[in-house]
Amino acid sequence: MQSVIAIEGLGIAFEQGGVRTEVLRGLDLKIAPGEFVAIVGPSGVGKSTLLRVLIGLATPSAGTVRLNPDVKADRAMALVFQDSRLLPWRRILSNVCFGLEKTQLTRLERRERALAALAGVGLRDVAARFPHQLSGGQRQRVALARALAVRPAILLMDEPFSALDVQTREALQDELIRVQSASGQTVLFVTHDIDEAVYLADRVVALGGRPGEVKISLDINVPHPRRRDDVALRHSAAQIRDVLFAETIVREDWVI
Amino acid sequence: MRGATPYLLAAIGLALFLGVWEAVPRLGLLPPTLLPAPSQLPAAFLREVKSGIWGDSVLFSLWHYAIGLACGTACGIVLGIATGMYRPFDWALAWIVRVLRPIPGLAWVPFAILWFGIDQTAAVFIIAIGCFWIVFFAAQGAIRGVDRDLIEVAEAFGFKSGPEKLVKVLFPAALPGMLVGVRTALGQAWMAVVASELFGVSGLGQRMQQASSLLATDIVVVYMLTMAALYGLVDTAFVFLQSRLLAWKA
Ligand SMILES: Nc1ncnc2c1ncn2[C@@H]1O[C@H](COP(=O)(O)OP(=O)(O)O)[C@@H](O)[C@H]1O
Ligand SMILES: [Mg+2]
Repeated sequence: MQSVIAIEGLGIAFEQGGVRTEVLRGLDLKIAPGEFVAIVGPSGVGKSTLLRVLIGLATPSAGTVRLNPDVKADRAMALVFQDSRLLPWRRILSNVCFGLEKTQLTRLERRERALAALAGVGLRDVAARFPHQLSGGQRQRVALARALAVRPAILLMDEPFSALDVQTREALQDELIRVQSASGQTVLFVTHDIDEAVYLADRVVALGGRPGEVKISLDINVPHPRRRDDVALRHSAAQIRDVLFAETIVREDWVI
Repeated sequence: MRGATPYLLAAIGLALFLGVWEAVPRLGLLPPTLLPAPSQLPAAFLREVKSGIWGDSVLFSLWHYAIGLACGTACGIVLGIATGMYRPFDWALAWIVRVLRPIPGLAWVPFAILWFGIDQTAAVFIIAIGCFWIVFFAAQGAIRGVDRDLIEVAEAFGFKSGPEKLVKVLFPAALPGMLVGVRTALGQAWMAVVASELFGVSGLGQRMQQASSLLATDIVVVYMLTMAALYGLVDTAFVFLQSRLLAWKA
């Protein structure tokens, strides 16, 4: 099947005070339509930087990113940040409309689409509130709705649940799976939590080393709904840990 | 316990103040021309109102105030945003700002008269200068202080040009800071009103000047209180507007 996005030989480097630091090197990644890919790796390996490059907030130093022109979508990508980053002066509905204001849609169409997106994450009834009136979990749901509302070819998520408490996090993980299987949304999900990655994704790509490289890419062939203690999932998680473990000896900022 | 207490204490404080004020001229500690007793004021106020001078002065001053404040604030916000957003623009203006900034509004009076004559425009000009700097620095600081993370949200959703970022994130995020500056300017502008009218443009300042040269100090006090009342009114209205605009704040 044709992939939605093809990343080839991607390298990312920063120059600071004449010193050049390579963050990522030679990254190849293809994502199929409707696929849920998770990227794991210790903090500082360049996961966020990769997403920033994909969404256009930073430029790569090498390689190409090609989007399949046949894929029908209003925007190439939309990003959900770790902290919800809702605009505090906008009501929830207006926050969800935000990305739609870049489109040709009329005010009414935007409103309807935003309401549908909010309903999709079960938050229609808070449409008129301000972000500070919501819980952390609700805010993150709204951030998800804001991203989904623009109907992106690929939904990018940068550790979206890592700031939440365990119960809320697990609830949102299940919610994401539900939304994703219902819509067939292609997702690129970044996390430092290996268990989260194997629980959610169809494929887990582990980054490690400095500069960061793909250490292992593992298909998770367990149908949803999954059990968190599923033996196959535990086995995959252990496999990823083993591969990344070699890094722990030389890296002190290991967080898993 | 709390309920009425603050109001009661405020009333007692005010009554004591008025009492001492009344006592000083009455006991002959100061002659009434140097300090008019508060009980003289209502009569003086009525005289001024009946002659129509009070109403005219208030209208003239409010007019200077409103136009000067609007011009100064608008220029301050526009230039503050521009220098806040674009470093090269800020660098280009840096030394001009450094030279002009310390010159007080009153120092512009000679030029205001030369350029505009003894005319309302001159008063408006002086008031506008007073407001401009306050709002300019407030707006510049507020724009620079906008959370980078929120600007990134705009960029991530495709709002990449300066104007787009300004409308979608920078302006609304900087609004609270800018309004603080505008509120300070609101007070500053009243001081400028008096100053700008002292050299002969009609208004409260001019009337105060006339009254004081005639040693009609009761009338001077009437206009001082008038100005305090007008400022109180404007400031209250502004705070109300501010709370409506910033209803999203926790
Ligand atoms: N703008 C930048 N300039 C210089 N170095 C940067 C910049 N952005 C990120 N980095 C560096 O890139 C590395 C990867 O960061 P990041 O992508 O945030 O890691 P992760 O998301 O995997 O925790 C870090 O070492 C960080 O210091
Ligand atoms: Mg990160």
